[in-house]
Amino acid sequence: MKRLIPLLTGLVLLLSGCGREDLSTLNPQGPVAEKQLDLMKLSIGIMALVVVVVFAICIYVLIRFRRRKGDKSIPKQVEGNHTLEIIWTVIPLVLLLILGVPTIKDVFGLAKDYSKDKDAVQVKVTAHQYWWEFEYTDYGITTAQELIVPTDKKISFELVGADVKHSFWIPSIGGKMDTNPGVTNRMYLEFPKEGVFRGKCAELCGPSHALMDFKAKAVSEASFQRWVTAMKAPAVMPADKDLAEKFTSQCLSCHAVGENGSNSAPNLTGVGGRQTIGGILYNDAEGGAEKNIHDWVTDPQKYKSGAMMPSAEDNSLTDADVSAIAKYLAGYKLDY
Amino acid sequence: MAAHAAHAHTVKRYKGLMDWLTTVDHKKIGILYMIAGLFFFLIGGLEAIMIRIQLMKPMNDFVSGDTFNELITMHGTTMIFLAAMPLLFALMNAVIPLQIGARDVAFPFLNSLGFWTFFFGGVLLNLSWFAGTVPDAGWTSYVPLAGPNYNSNHGVDYYVIGLQIAGIGTLLGGINFMATIINMRAPGLSFMRLPMFTWAIFITSALIVFAFPVLTVGLVALMFDRLFHANFFEIGNGGSEVLWEHIFWVFGHPEVYILIVPAFGVISEVVSTFSRKRLFGYSSMVFATVLIAFLGFMVWAHHMFTTGLGPVANGLFSIATMLIAVPTGVKIFNWLFTLWGGSIRFTTANLFAIGFIPTFVMGGVTGVMLASAPADFQYHDSYFVVAHFHYVIVGGLIFGIFAGLHYWWPKMFGRMLNETIGKITFWTFFIGFHMTFLIQHFLGLLGMPRRVYTYLDGQGFNNMNLISTVGAFLMGIGTIAFLLNIFITWSKPRNAAADAWEDGRSLEWSIPSPPPEYNFQQLPLVRGYDAWWKEKMEGKTAMTPAEPIGSIHMPSPSILPLIMSIGLFIAGFGFMYDHLIVGGVGLLITFGCMIVRSVFDDHGFHIEPEDQEVHA
Repeated sequence: MKRLIPLLTGLVLLLSGCGREDLSTLNPQGPVAEKQLDLMKLSIGIMALVVVVVFAICIYVLIRFRRRKGDKSIPKQVEGNHTLEIIWTVIPLVLLLILGVPTIKDVFGLAKDYSKDKDAVQVKVTAHQYWWEFEYTDYGITTAQELIVPTDKKISFELVGADVKHSFWIPSIGGKMDTNPGVTNRMYLEFPKEGVFRGKCAELCGPSHALMDFKAKAVSEASFQRWVTAMKAPAVMPADKDLAEKFTSQCLSCHAVGENGSNSAPNLTGVGGRQTIGGILYNDAEGGAEKNIHDWVTDPQKYKSGAMMPSAEDNSLTDADVSAIAKYLAGYKLDY
Repeated sequence: MAAHAAHAHTVKRYKGLMDWLTTVDHKKIGILYMIAGLFFFLIGGLEAIMIRIQLMKPMNDFVSGDTFNELITMHGTTMIFLAAMPLLFALMNAVIPLQIGARDVAFPFLNSLGFWTFFFGGVLLNLSWFAGTVPDAGWTSYVPLAGPNYNSNHGVDYYVIGLQIAGIGTLLGGINFMATIINMRAPGLSFMRLPMFTWAIFITSALIVFAFPVLTVGLVALMFDRLFHANFFEIGNGGSEVLWEHIFWVFGHPEVYILIVPAFGVISEVVSTFSRKRLFGYSSMVFATVLIAFLGFMVWAHHMFTTGLGPVANGLFSIATMLIAVPTGVKIFNWLFTLWGGSIRFTTANLFAIGFIPTFVMGGVTGVMLASAPADFQYHDSYFVVAHFHYVIVGGLIFGIFAGLHYWWPKMFGRMLNETIGKITFWTFFIGFHMTFLIQHFLGLLGMPRRVYTYLDGQGFNNMNLISTVGAFLMGIGTIAFLLNIFITWSKPRNAAADAWEDGRSLEWSIPSPPPEYNFQQLPLVRGYDAWWKEKMEGKTAMTPAEPIGSIHMPSPSILPLIMSIGLFIAGFGFMYDHLIVGGVGLLITFGCMIVRSVFDDHGFHIEPEDQEVHA
């Protein structure tokens, strides 16, 4: 019984569908995760049956056949039983067939390639130590850390790793796929509900692997089109000319805003409107995006050890510069 | 007598430490494996406790991300290669020659060499903690993270060279036990009369012989990439990252069965002995184990469902993996029906064996769940996987090792372990184990990836992680109880009977505990399965001898295996730190010993009947 209780509580937890709506595989928010949960439920059901049978026999045997004190009798030495042995070979085979058929169906179903589909949104995901780059190849725009997708279309992903191997995972939307350096993987996901979903890196990629989070934000089609337009609009540079110069020379050598800069570091267009800074500093906390950007720019290593970005000091930025940049970036929001 | 005198050689014997360093006796080598295995088990356990302390609460700063990655890498590598494997080798060495009625293994010198190479490989790997550059790319060491560009210090070099040297030892052991079981069986002991543990080790040895060379090749390739700038895995120069994954798992999956199959053997022996019943469905057990081992080579890509091999590969490997559940199920039900109708005695060894059955079933069913590739997209690299493989490796293998150690302890040392402390060991370890790992299934399903050094607050992970950490401490207490048991019973006299549990079935229980150095004064004649039980049931008190009492030929002890291993150890350091002269000197020592061994014949010595112990 002691062993059964946690198992039963576990099953109850499972059936009630628990965990955060934006994170749990048990609380699917899209058809891909739903299909996967259906398979999980089917396999858990079959396996629970097996576990219950084994536990029942085990407990019965242990109670019924325990040795009494001083018992010197020799039990009958049974060699085996062909009928029984056939039963416990055939029944598992049947159970596996029940699980195997939908497995194969979904293996092929979920591997469907939408990369040539005109109706699907094409997104190229490039995983870096420790951030995510999202390139919308049909629209010619690139963003980072926050994937924006329309609710009514399939999203066809092209996945690749820029340095080491990472793995792209949005648990409540669908299972993961690795981003291999040098090899392109494909998968598709659907986001029928509006909302922000948590994404994670699922493959050990270095000291800050645990902190390589991203967000997937599903918005209506109209809103998505507005976002695309806003992304393509000319960059909003800092109003102050000196600051703009400093920002260009010190930040845009790696980052980009709009058409300016390069994409070897996260694209910062509209960064003030994102949920987090660096994937892990939440902007709804006290101080908001401005404080988070200030903290981050001052010393990125403090928040993500192994990040490529230099500290403010190494980047010859004074605290006043950092504050001004933080204020500017926190105010840089896209209207969509 | 004249014939004896003609080939009698001087009896070489050492005393004290020198005896242990030079021994080629399988019983002593078994004890050496056990001591080394337990030592590394404690190190790996300490690393596990530190991992769990770090994960006890969100955003904990007990260790940094760098240190955490070192801890998980060394925990996995140490536990699998340096704790689990040698503890299995300890049982193999202590038991197999006795179970097949042999006086030693086929190649005693090789046996000693295998131990010392394993030991120095393990020491080399763990010296990385003192060198300050510890392997940190996971026990799987996926490239490019483990490659020279992203791991430019010596950390992964310790992994590559340490495992390479330790792997030689494992491979030698596999070859040795395969040869032993094929060639050294007592008269009448045909294959289908072998005890189940011997069968399990025979199959394991075959797995080792086929799987470890793959690891060797992979490690050589990675070593060339790291030390000599080769391009096996360098994407920019035409290498392939996915290639390493294939190589690693072509080895890695059979490795899982190398670990669990011996545990199957132990459980079969213990359950059968303590229910006073013949193993139910012996021949189906044998074929199930062979089938599991065979299928074990066909399923490696289920570790790579998310690598992007495409639906055809994923589908095939899904189904192949599920198939393994069938022979495994056969074994589970055979054990249950061995207990059925028996007279079950709850010794510590049997508690571990009985605890194994439901625990391993739980690990097995999550294995089938993982086999379903589309669902695995969610499980993969999450805490669900961590929970699954700990159910199989700890709940399966470690329970099996504990069962085996408690069961054969009197045979190895002539002393019984204390049953009360043994039961404390079992219950704390068993409850702690389920507390640590059951909850981790749900952590994974709720979206917690594995190998994360920390997690943000507010994701619903906090309480489950705390429970898991408490469980880990309980397992630690269980392990300490086991060590205390060893120390406490050590002061007791050696009074274990030959048939220490009274219900022994196989040949090892027909000779004294511990056995004399030649094991069997006269090789026994085996007349059926459960040879010793059969004789007892017919009222006999000893096995029928298959030969007259005579002079017994013994192998000489030798210091060469130790020196050869030290040579490899030195060479490893030399290559790692680019001192090719040191590397050369190390190899010279090893090859020099090989030449000495080849040129100077050592025919061993004989123990004459008058020097043999007299048994009543």
